[in-house]
Amino acid sequence: MTQHASLEHPAYNYQVVRQFAVMTVVWGIVGMLVGVLIAAQLAWPALNFDLPWLHFGRLRPLHTNAVIFAFGGCALFATSLYVVQRTCQARLISDALAQIVFWGWQLVILAAAISLPMGWTSGKEYAELEWPIDILITIVWVSYAILFFGTIMKRKTSHIYVANWFFGAFIITVAVLHLVNSAAMPVSLTKSYSAYAGTIDAMVQWWYGHNAVGFFLTAGFLGIMYYFVPKQAERPVYSYRLSIVHFWALIAIYMWAGPHHLHYTALPDWAQSLGMVMSLMLLAPSWGGMINGIMTLSGAWHKLRSDPILRFLVVSLSFYGMSTFEGPMMSIKTVNALSHYTDWTIGHVHSGALGWVAMVSIGAIYHLIPILFGKARMYSLDMINAHFWMSTIGTVLYIASMWVNGLMQGLMWRAYNADGTLTYSFAESVAASYPGYVVRVIGGAIFFAGMLLMAWNIWKTAKMPAAQSGKEVAA
Amino acid sequence: MSNFWSAWIIFLTVATIVGSTWLLMGNRKGRGEGQTTGHVYDEIEEYDNPLPAWWLYMFLASIVFAIGYLIAYPGLGKFPGMLGWTQVEAWQSEIDKAERTYAPLFEGYLAQPVETVAQDPKATKMGQRLFANNCAQCHGSDARGSHGFPNLTDNDWLYGGDAAAIKHSIAYGRAGQMPAWGAVMGEEKTAQATAYVQALSGQDTDAALAEAGKAVYGTYCIACHGVEGKGNPMFGAPDLTDDIWLYGGSESQIRRSIANGRQGQMPAHKDLLDEARIHLITAYVYSLSQKPIQAGAGAQ
Repeated sequence: MTQHASLEHPAYNYQVVRQFAVMTVVWGIVGMLVGVLIAAQLAWPALNFDLPWLHFGRLRPLHTNAVIFAFGGCALFATSLYVVQRTCQARLISDALAQIVFWGWQLVILAAAISLPMGWTSGKEYAELEWPIDILITIVWVSYAILFFGTIMKRKTSHIYVANWFFGAFIITVAVLHLVNSAAMPVSLTKSYSAYAGTIDAMVQWWYGHNAVGFFLTAGFLGIMYYFVPKQAERPVYSYRLSIVHFWALIAIYMWAGPHHLHYTALPDWAQSLGMVMSLMLLAPSWGGMINGIMTLSGAWHKLRSDPILRFLVVSLSFYGMSTFEGPMMSIKTVNALSHYTDWTIGHVHSGALGWVAMVSIGAIYHLIPILFGKARMYSLDMINAHFWMSTIGTVLYIASMWVNGLMQGLMWRAYNADGTLTYSFAESVAASYPGYVVRVIGGAIFFAGMLLMAWNIWKTAKMPAAQSGKEVAA
Repeated sequence: MSNFWSAWIIFLTVATIVGSTWLLMGNRKGRGEGQTTGHVYDEIEEYDNPLPAWWLYMFLASIVFAIGYLIAYPGLGKFPGMLGWTQVEAWQSEIDKAERTYAPLFEGYLAQPVETVAQDPKATKMGQRLFANNCAQCHGSDARGSHGFPNLTDNDWLYGGDAAAIKHSIAYGRAGQMPAWGAVMGEEKTAQATAYVQALSGQDTDAALAEAGKAVYGTYCIACHGVEGKGNPMFGAPDLTDDIWLYGGSESQIRRSIANGRQGQMPAHKDLLDEARIHLITAYVYSLSQKPIQAGAGAQ
């Protein structure tokens, strides 16, 4: 508890923010380590050591769950619970509920870290956790919603700040997505079967899957952007009007985009078409957030030279803009016919996951750590700068190698000879992908090493003597 | 799809598109450059700049495209679209076109016997490509097989290696059934039979045990594998004397085969590939074992 600088607001609950901020880094390291391991397994399969719980099929969902829900989730909890207090000028409604949310979520992560390597899975991508864990998630999520919206209700400001609209939309929609998609019939403690069947199950799954991207990984992190970019740049948000338009358009249109995951399948033509046109209509609302973030810097561009935290935030917006352009393009049926089932998809996901989600979170955490630990600044600005370059280079290596692999695979799979037979067997396209897989391991390892540097920097910051005064502490 | 659901889909789609357009047009003018809203949150202020024009037009263009696409293609409930396009028909027309283009080539090979086609390098190359995409998953890209999947190049055949037998294996599949004898024979007899089978292929083994195994073999194994252990292609029973093993020839693997049995599944391809393509794959597989070893091999 280090705040008490300003007279206008109550003492905020920074304990839960600090807990989540630290765990963001811890789970980031764990999740990305697993990611580097499975990337290496694709290049050198012997690295599964013939152990079932180190098998790619079990560790891949562990990686995705760890980086999305443990790393990304903790970043969202930390920032949303910080931002909602500061922009509403109100303390969280309950410290006990805040602790339930923190420990409950850590329990969910622990349960995932045990159950997924054991092979207990519902088999639904990004929703692999079995039903007892799903129930625990529901309890934690409802507690979180009460905590967040309860704090908004007793706010001192007359309006609700735009960051909170995005956090609010994220909290409500993820609740709906989780409840509908995880509906299942349990047959034992560790196994259940989906409430839906066949094509309907696939459609519900990708309605969930794409909105997990839209609301967990986009809306939630736009909430982070809307607070930390103007705060770090010390500039007003570019356009309130733009934020209204792109917020409502984004949440209305994202809901429709799921069917583009099921192009040229048993899904009826009408649903595929709607998924495609709505994905194209999603480009402008997505870019609205990027414009609002980047244009907020007008008049403050020079700060990019000296402030690596701002650099993290702004480059994350560039990757956001790039991947939200790429996404609608990939949703076009004829493009999808080439890109689907190739590594291009993996590259696309990681330009969003590493370039946008991870980098905006890292920037926000660097902003938060000195405030939460009562220090004037981070221990080393040079280390943040080094981390910035490691993250950027790592991301670029990752996505470039997957673009090359994806295009190559798509072209190899469709190549045919003058006699109509396929030119390449599948195994030949796997063999040709090997160099790309190696480059990906290198890119991922560089990004991962940056996280270790961050952890060291935070450790040294926490050990620094307390700040005497300092603007950042009071702000 | 019932009329109700069709109308519901159309309503939601139109409402989303119209609503987005209304949202966009209703907010296109801001308070003007550099004006703030007057709200302050934790020292953050907000300008109320107008929507960037290029962004506004990009959004409108995507809406216009969406409307045009939904008029042309299926999307609005039961309305099939002006072009009458369906993915099933698009697929069928590509298949039909490919059929028309390639059929003469394939029909030409189908008219010739497998043995003749196998001599034609162009045909075996085609067969090899078909093999790579349909058979290599189990038999390997070099057709040398793997544990449980027969080597197709060694001229040792479970079900016969003439053209008709190979073609039958590909078209109709094969179900290899070695029964599990462990419960019937018991420990001791299983060990004896194992030793005898090892002896059949000239492996070093306990002579007394193998001698005892001969009687066990005569009771349980002889019906399929034959008096001399040469096997029987009618049942797909392998030759036990040639030291070529589908599931491994070590003592422990042989014991396991006898005690637990083996189930080999070659899937039928007649519904996956047409006759001409099966004919070409047959010719390719036939050519693999017809090259140099013809002379000495005691093909079944």
